[in-house]
Amino acid sequence: MIMRGFRSLLVACFALLCACSDSGWNNPYPPTDDSENIFYGSFSERPKHLDPVSSYSENEAVFTGQIYEPVLQYHFFDRPYRLEPLTSETVPEPIYYDQNGSYLEGDPLSEDVHEVVYRIKIKPGILFQPHPCFTLDEKGEYLYHKLSAQEIESKTKLSDFSSNGTRELIAADYVYQIKRLMHPKLHSPIAGFMSKYIKDLGQFGNRLREASIESSRTLDLRAHEFLGAKIVDRYTYEIRLSKKYPQFKYWLAMSFFAPVPWEADAFFDQPGMKEHNLSLDWYPVGTGPYMLTENNPNRRMVLEKNPNYRGELFPGADESDAESLMPYIDRAHYSLEKESIPGWTKFLQGYYDASGVVSDSFDQTIQFNTRGEASLTEDMKRKGINLVTAVRSSISYMGFNMVDPVVGGTSEQSLLLRRAISIAIDYEELISIFANGRGTAAQGPIPPGIFGYVEGENGINPYVYKWAGGQAKRQNLEVAKDLLFRAGYENGVNINTGEPLTLYFDTVSSGPGSKVMLNWYRKQFSKLGIDLVVRATDYNRFQEKVRKGTVQIFSWGWNADYPDPENFFFLLYGPNAKIVSQGENAVNYQSEEFDDLFVRMRSMANGIERQEVINRMLEIVRRDAPWVWGFHPTSYTLSHSWYGNAVPNLMARNTLKYKTIEVSSRSQKRDEWNRPIIWPLFAITSLIIFALIPAWCVYIARERARFGE
Amino acid sequence: MSISLEKGLGSVSSYLTRRILYAFPILIGVNFITFVLFFVVNSPDDMARVHLGNRYVTEDSISNWKSERGYDKPLFIALDNSGKKVFTETIFFDKTVRLFTFDFGQSDSGRDISYDISERMWPSLLISLPVLCLGLLFTLSFALLIAFFRGTYIDSSAVILCVSMMSISGLFYIIGGQYLLSKLLQIVPISGFDDGIASVKFLILPILIGVVGGLGHGTRWYRTIFLEEIHRDYVRTARAKGLSEKGVLYQHVLRNALIPIVTGVVALLPSLFLGSLITEAFFGIPGLGSYTIDAIQSQDFAIVRAMVFLGSVLYILGLILTDVAYTLVDPRIRL
Repeated sequence: MIMRGFRSLLVACFALLCACSDSGWNNPYPPTDDSENIFYGSFSERPKHLDPVSSYSENEAVFTGQIYEPVLQYHFFDRPYRLEPLTSETVPEPIYYDQNGSYLEGDPLSEDVHEVVYRIKIKPGILFQPHPCFTLDEKGEYLYHKLSAQEIESKTKLSDFSSNGTRELIAADYVYQIKRLMHPKLHSPIAGFMSKYIKDLGQFGNRLREASIESSRTLDLRAHEFLGAKIVDRYTYEIRLSKKYPQFKYWLAMSFFAPVPWEADAFFDQPGMKEHNLSLDWYPVGTGPYMLTENNPNRRMVLEKNPNYRGELFPGADESDAESLMPYIDRAHYSLEKESIPGWTKFLQGYYDASGVVSDSFDQTIQFNTRGEASLTEDMKRKGINLVTAVRSSISYMGFNMVDPVVGGTSEQSLLLRRAISIAIDYEELISIFANGRGTAAQGPIPPGIFGYVEGENGINPYVYKWAGGQAKRQNLEVAKDLLFRAGYENGVNINTGEPLTLYFDTVSSGPGSKVMLNWYRKQFSKLGIDLVVRATDYNRFQEKVRKGTVQIFSWGWNADYPDPENFFFLLYGPNAKIVSQGENAVNYQSEEFDDLFVRMRSMANGIERQEVINRMLEIVRRDAPWVWGFHPTSYTLSHSWYGNAVPNLMARNTLKYKTIEVSSRSQKRDEWNRPIIWPLFAITSLIIFALIPAWCVYIARERARFGE
Repeated sequence: MSISLEKGLGSVSSYLTRRILYAFPILIGVNFITFVLFFVVNSPDDMARVHLGNRYVTEDSISNWKSERGYDKPLFIALDNSGKKVFTETIFFDKTVRLFTFDFGQSDSGRDISYDISERMWPSLLISLPVLCLGLLFTLSFALLIAFFRGTYIDSSAVILCVSMMSISGLFYIIGGQYLLSKLLQIVPISGFDDGIASVKFLILPILIGVVGGLGHGTRWYRTIFLEEIHRDYVRTARAKGLSEKGVLYQHVLRNALIPIVTGVVALLPSLFLGSLITEAFFGIPGLGSYTIDAIQSQDFAIVRAMVFLGSVLYILGLILTDVAYTLVDPRIRL
């Protein structure tokens, strides 16, 4: 009887499991979302700021880029990168004035320019996303701007406010945001930098600070004026710079210069709001194609189509084609994935639409042909996965502290030493071993795709490379040894003192993962007989040492803020030296000739003349070798066949609106790829049960033996 | 109320009062050590730089950030002041006093810490509680089973298996479990979390891995305890009285082995709330384990301080509960 019941139970379990073995048991999303037009992505680091005044990181731009709309954006397809209007009617051209206030025609010299005006006219009819800060009551007054402590007590999230409102975007919103850059409590990272350019901005900051000390009430920035930003009319405003700065237009494409409505500050600045985690830093308010509807950076961030969005034509689309109006995706889910393995598995299962390439699975994903070109492996191709590669607008370099007595300075000895090391460190090998070939050895500070970068033989660094067989070849090690000898070291031993040369490499890399790379660095230096001592430390101490100029050799990197050579050359501009001004010139490089050319170059328009100046600047820094130029990383992005318009655009942050999803294709593939296999579970359970039966028999037998049955 | 009960309650309350009073210097000490360790590695300037970002940051914005959050004061002693202000006008005093009222304040990034803890405590508990309960159930059952088969090949095989399971890193269980059940068999999601009943499918794998990962250590530990008990006189007496082996194991051996079991279990209390870093990171669980590590990485001292304080309080509470539990499982013990 018991055995029959047991058999029936087994059969029932098996039948149940078979019935369930359809698909999607491992689906991390609700089954109802399968047919929805949703983009699924991941993020590994939680965003710290979503207020455009303080948000600067790339992982934050994934969200802020879709929510906020500065006046300009980068064209989705055009390369070299080109700015185009986003909310403005046109790309504003700078208007130059001399010290008498007279208009200067054309492209005047920097020294003649006393004031630069950018007059920006925005498009009418743009609306902000629905938000309670705009809600008006019957009397036309803001419903949620004068909340009592009791009313706020029950509110912990934005959805606790029952009604939302909106209003039209006006020029005042852009001016308001520029004022916010100097708000003493908002700590914008670019406040100090922009004060050097935007007229009266620094003094305005001081005035705001004084006003905030004098009054305990929240600052109403509308009541404070400054010369640098003025409202001309409802849709027009002006930004006034105190000097010529052609790169300023790029800043106009960044979220620092996106509009923020005063209502948002009035709403979030009410007493008790911050204590309830209600702030603009957590609940952004924008005019962009998407709005943030779930902000849980510990789990998931959700962007939803902004119902008030005006729609934007896909680049090159016909105006009459209503289907070409972006955005195409209704929602975007970004899940927190701190570890790469689960994220990669979900991508392969079709639960993420796009992914980077995980180092651990690189060989299973990417293969290189004889010409060194990357392509997908057969497994990936079978799945319909696409690969897109692009050289990033960034550089990873090794810096010599130019105030260091051994490797720094302009003496012939230190110059030759730096050049010898530049040849000896084989960055092609580093890219191959540690970056799986994802990078291009740098010939100077400017990455490919940025104006000033020269392809081919004319673009190589002749101090480190030679042109042979149609490509750049690293100079022979013998050349480096010869340079070292001329620097006063024979096989790494000082010819005069007989002491071996020991150099110090400061790094934040430590632990077993970094040991291999640090050993590789040691090996590169040992090729010249130089003993490299690694000084590993934490990031805080490392930064402190760089700030104080007490490092000797270190590795660092830079990601472009905008696609202009100025954004790379300024890393070597003398007045930006760390020990001088805490600027971004981490190696404290000083060259009068370079600095003069830099000042000229930064205010020039792109053209032959500017290229010539850049070439001269490149020659100077290649000769002086304050950096071992390192490499420009290449980004590898994988996407599934149902994910459309996966075009790499490393400058634009607002690219979600261009993307498409073929929902039915995704759903079909997910079903196909995710059929649960349950028989092993059944087998293991049976095995355990059958293993327990003898034990049970032994127990019964023992008990019977004890009691003499 | 009988006199003995009144006496008992009186002794418990005086014991609790005593232990709570002892807790204050411990908590101050823990807080002091946290301060020293944190500020040895991070200066307020470093904290400001991490929060403000590394690019274009000026000294002005750093000093603004510090003064707004009270990090512009001296750490422990304000020599510029006089009287009690020498101690009260310091970061240590400023930040410590509020902790004792469980007012954790706001994180350095402006979030309400108490709210975040209350939100993130539940995902941690959703994993740690089932792991603890199921783990106890299975380990105790297996340990009793092995104790029953003591001296046989089953016992030897089980001990070898337990030692093998103990020797394997917890990370292996996680990666192996994810590979097997999520990637290969595709039975459960590999990572993620959701609210309400939808969270069940995300919890199966971490709970299963948590239970299996703890089986080796737990079973071996409890087997040792049971074997120690099983050779005692009272067990022999119970058998002599004609009690079945099941009765001997469950009614006598298990009950008498409860003290070390209770000690081990109650010591786990803080970790139930505070979560597990690795599990939460690999499974994308938004619990308190990742909260603390995120805070350390972002140098958010307000959160680090609050979490260390909370951990200490829970640990002290756990120890008090252990002592109280002793009196319940063994009436001979008096507080």
